[in-house]
Amino acid sequence: MVFVLLAVSVIVFAITNLTGDPVLLLVPPDATEAQIEQAREQLGLNLPIWEQYFIFLTNAIHGNLGISFVFNRPALDLILERMPATLEMTVIAMCFAGITAIPMGVYAGAHPQSPVSKGIMSASLLGISMPSFWLGIMLILIGAVVLGILPSSGRGEVVDIMGIHVSFLTEDGFEHIIMPALTLSVGQIAMLVRLTRAGVMEVMHQDYIKFAKAKGVSQRKLLFGHAMKNALIPVITVFGLEFGELIAFATITETIFSWPGMGKLLIDSIYMSDRPVIVAYLLLVAIMFVVINFTVDILYRFIDPRIELR
Amino acid sequence: MKTVFAKLLQSEAYFNFKHNYLAIAGAILLGFFLLLAIFGPFVTPQNPYNLKELNLSDAYLPPSVMDSSSHFLLGTDQQGRDMLSGIVYGVRISLMVGISAMLISLVIGTTLGLIAGYRGGWLDSLIMRVADIQLSFPGMLIALFIMVVFGRGIDKVIIALSMVGWVLYARTVRGATMAERSKEYVDAAKVCGYPDRMIMFKHILPNVLTPLIVIATIQVGNFIITEATLSFLGVGVPTTQPSLGLLLSSGYQVLFSGLWWVSVFPGLTLLLMIVGTNLLGDFLRDELNPKLK
Repeated sequence: MVFVLLAVSVIVFAITNLTGDPVLLLVPPDATEAQIEQAREQLGLNLPIWEQYFIFLTNAIHGNLGISFVFNRPALDLILERMPATLEMTVIAMCFAGITAIPMGVYAGAHPQSPVSKGIMSASLLGISMPSFWLGIMLILIGAVVLGILPSSGRGEVVDIMGIHVSFLTEDGFEHIIMPALTLSVGQIAMLVRLTRAGVMEVMHQDYIKFAKAKGVSQRKLLFGHAMKNALIPVITVFGLEFGELIAFATITETIFSWPGMGKLLIDSIYMSDRPVIVAYLLLVAIMFVVINFTVDILYRFIDPRIELR
Repeated sequence: MKTVFAKLLQSEAYFNFKHNYLAIAGAILLGFFLLLAIFGPFVTPQNPYNLKELNLSDAYLPPSVMDSSSHFLLGTDQQGRDMLSGIVYGVRISLMVGISAMLISLVIGTTLGLIAGYRGGWLDSLIMRVADIQLSFPGMLIALFIMVVFGRGIDKVIIALSMVGWVLYARTVRGATMAERSKEYVDAAKVCGYPDRMIMFKHILPNVLTPLIVIATIQVGNFIITEATLSFLGVGVPTTQPSLGLLLSSGYQVLFSGLWWVSVFPGLTLLLMIVGTNLLGDFLRDELNPKLK
């Protein structure tokens, strides 16, 4: 785990140093050589690159990931400030996907030949093929431009819960979150439906299901009591991993809906060459992924005792 | 050559294909877009790259069915560019990027996977460790980051996508190669004294290729989405060569002025193209997976 993070930090740092000279973007266009030099020194950009990395790493361990060139505030604070907005959106999208996709997938898996299942599968194929940013644009077009019932940008009114701002509990905030969360969840729904269906179909052929059927277990109990447990194992793993994927895709959704989360911060920072924020974002996301992968591995062990942890 | 073709027509796969409407629909869609990409420039009303053919007074014209004064079938964008021509050229770029990045990933990934699976040892650990690290991050994020470093450009998008895409092939090929390595025909080839390189590429490779066809088909679709997304975010292809993603991004900017056709049509095209690859990919997966037979 530590190895992964170190590798990521080196790669991220080395590569961000190749992305143009941030000093030239920050100083006024009529700045003299001496002023440019002074700015360079203030930002610590005149030191050799390994020294810069070493300073960066020591600071990073102390939780100091550099100061944003643009906002003149600690990069980590900037990101953490916006993280709840992103997490709120992803969690809502994820829950929505889980609630809608799993029943549809189970149904399609249990009755593969019925026309409803075929409809579900065709819809999921469309969902998988849909570029999420286009879906967002189309939702804005329909919800905000044509019908004019849903707001297309921002978070709306927020309320504090334990010091964290959340949108979905106020009416205004809820209206704001519908379209971004829907955009984010469609791809997930499509994928989860297919995965659940495949899992259920595979399980239905197994002997213990046939035995339960012969024993006279009702159809509903058979599906939800016997088949679901084994069919959902891959779904849960993917659920965890997809959470990371969603955080990455939130970048696009946030840009389209001007949702003030950390993904939008990343894109804005990229446009403004705000190197410390980019580096801090990537490191933070790397940590999140490492933690998620680790948690999924452990959860897997609890769900499926046949798997041995090494 | 003729016998290969005749054999193909008599094969079980072709029989199943003939009776699978979805697969046929996918193949037709893909074939249509491929033909459009190759021959499109001969049939489009204008060349959207050629600024001389654009007329600013034609800007923001709606599709001709809605407004009889407009002679543009799908309307025009803010530069007076015919949307239909723009889309045809965009399909060209999207398909070119998707297919070439897929081919590069395929070659790099297969080679690395073969070496890792056949040789084993530290080389195997190294390649697979890199693949593991890379797989724990979403490809979209890695591609975005690479594009930020390299800057815009079609060639750079292809490089970024290939750097993301090789992993899948490498892992699949490595697993299959490890299974093949202990089989008798490999031992026989070794006894005959063939060099390792030849055993890997002439003997093992043909036996591990099948699952790659499915990955490759679906990957083209994924790459096209990723390219469009990168271009939409402004880090993909340059503005002089508008891909579908870039067209969509200009459509997004004028969305609130009610100019829906600039964003609806390129997106629909994108959707159809990817539905095509996914339909075909699904069929191939069912067809080539011996477990389902």
